[in-house]
Amino acid sequence: MVALQSVFLKDVALAYRQRAELMQPLMFFVLVITLFPLAIGPSPETLQRIGGGVIWVAAILSLLLGMERMFRDDFADGSLEQYMLSPTPLYLIVVVKVLTHWLMHIVPLFLISPLLALFLNLTFDMYVALMLTLLLGTPLISFIGGIGVALTVGLHRGGVLLALLLIPIFIPLLIFATSAIESASMLLPYHAQLAIIAALLLFSVALSPMAIAYSLKVSQN
Amino acid sequence: MRVLSAQQVACEKSDRQLFSNINIELYSSQLLYVTGENGAGKTSLLRILVGLSVPSAGVVEINGHDIHKNVHDASEHLLYFGHKQGISQLLTPTENLKFWCQQHGVDKNDEAIHVILAELGLTGLEDIAVKNLSAGQQRRVTLAKLWLKTAATLWVLDEPFTALDVQLIAELEAKMTSFLKTGGAIIITSHQKLHIDYPLSNLHLDYSW
Amino acid sequence: MWKWINSFAKPERAYWLCDVLQNWFAGVAITGLIIGIVWGLGYAPQDYQQGDSFRIIYIHVPSAILAMGAYVAMAIAALVGVVWQWRTAFMFMIAIAPVGAVMTFISLFTGSFWGKPMWGTWWIWDARLTSQLILLFLYLGVISLYTAFEDKQQAGKAAGVMAMVGVINIPIIHFSVEWWNTLHQGATITKIGKPSIAPEMLWPLLICILGFAAFIGWVTIIRMKNEIIMRDLHRPWVAQRFGGAETGVAEAVANVDGQP
Repeated sequence: MVALQSVFLKDVALAYRQRAELMQPLMFFVLVITLFPLAIGPSPETLQRIGGGVIWVAAILSLLLGMERMFRDDFADGSLEQYMLSPTPLYLIVVVKVLTHWLMHIVPLFLISPLLALFLNLTFDMYVALMLTLLLGTPLISFIGGIGVALTVGLHRGGVLLALLLIPIFIPLLIFATSAIESASMLLPYHAQLAIIAALLLFSVALSPMAIAYSLKVSQN
Repeated sequence: MRVLSAQQVACEKSDRQLFSNINIELYSSQLLYVTGENGAGKTSLLRILVGLSVPSAGVVEINGHDIHKNVHDASEHLLYFGHKQGISQLLTPTENLKFWCQQHGVDKNDEAIHVILAELGLTGLEDIAVKNLSAGQQRRVTLAKLWLKTAATLWVLDEPFTALDVQLIAELEAKMTSFLKTGGAIIITSHQKLHIDYPLSNLHLDYSW
Repeated sequence: MWKWINSFAKPERAYWLCDVLQNWFAGVAITGLIIGIVWGLGYAPQDYQQGDSFRIIYIHVPSAILAMGAYVAMAIAALVGVVWQWRTAFMFMIAIAPVGAVMTFISLFTGSFWGKPMWGTWWIWDARLTSQLILLFLYLGVISLYTAFEDKQQAGKAAGVMAMVGVINIPIIHFSVEWWNTLHQGATITKIGKPSIAPEMLWPLLICILGFAAFIGWVTIIRMKNEIIMRDLHRPWVAQRFGGAETGVAEAVANVDGQP
């Protein structure tokens, strides 16, 4: 327990000392969203129709940008080797690291999202749906993304490859999340979509730590 | 007491057989010096022995635990010191060592860490980020782990003398000798010649095509 | 039995198996494809709505089904490789991956050709075409991950993880894409009980599927033999099998490349 706590504290300390780097994906997120009204036109109806999808696509892309940080430094400086030789099972350490990473990246995203909802003219119902889907969907992105990061962490130029590997996997999430927001815009219930995203999340939480631990072992073999 | 045993260990990298049929029996108070040309597989062998890499054949046991099936029990009394230092550039030496101790079940508080850092000549640098230290000073921070993990019975050291000054090399060699005399076992690779007043066994790896 | 299966983890045994199977697969592939395609394109009756243009299903449907099948085969090989540490399983995985990717591409290409007279446009975001497109991306991900690693043993394991992640995702992707787009005619062959396709049309289709499957197997076997030789070039068994040490190796390489 002490060991896991120290993994958490270490990652928080590292994230805090790199807060400038932490801000970059967030800036990217805002910038991408700003591009859409400029490209498509400022008509409120159009923006409202595409708003949910735009925010979700931008969120996936910006999370992909920051994803690499999850294991990159630990791999490069040898902390990962030391984790593997510690008494704590690697998959538990992985769970803590993924959750810490998620927390560091998602909290700013949440804080800034009311502004974006305003930009894209989302109704209050749509905004609630957006928040709920982000809350359930982004940990899924972190857990599945962790597999991709663990696989590419040993490669010199893994950044683009990471996106190539992960984007197809995120398609179902994107479909269900945007469908939930669309239902909300028509004042229809969207429990089904949320339930499916939650199921996917639980599934990934159950399986991906093992896959990440295995991939990390392969990467530093 | 037998600390480490390796049987019929073989290693392949990029479909090239680096070595095969390596057998090691290491008992406490023994020093094993692994030599070989560059690319002969010294580092690969050490990584296999501690359980970081999977051998293409063979079994390794540390203190009776199979290193690949039960890496966490096996590494309980092990200290591995590799090419990568295992310390984070953005954290201070104290933080680095504190987190490391917590993760490895070593019960040492900040004061104990400060005492050891002072012993290694890092007084006044305890709370400066590691990236601002010189290469040799960073190396000392890493070496502090040897002083901290007193429960270790096996040290596996891959090129520990890199970037160290003469004085610290002497200090480290003295530390190694006292560790061996108190029943520890060491496996070491080094480009420098070992000036250690202790009987050593040698394992030479031949470069194979 | 288990011991016998396990013996194929050794490259020389796997190579022997490939040699044994190669001609069988070749035979089935050639006969199946000739009979199926000639029958399907030449003799099967016209569709009363689509006329002759429906005949592209004799290419489209087999390639679409087997693109999926090849992915599953790849993932099973990956699982075997990860669990039992078979080197040959990863070799099979990477041997079949490009074949499956090409099949996926063929199914997309023919689907698009079929779409032109049917829908009046080359591409339509229909559920099955979309899933097939995502399948192509999954294939490309596995292949590019494999090629990104220099150490092919590491590459096999990494690509294997990706293949397994992908195969878990395929049903989810299918379901989500169906949800997203529910406008498509129902599955044609898998309807149990009352097939909506006439038997004279179905038989050549089944023969075509068999022929395509054998063809994939055949190409995969050849690629697998190639892979085994390339990877084990420096091992004694290769030299032994192909005669003298240096010349043997050269000959082996020439053999698999198909050049004299």
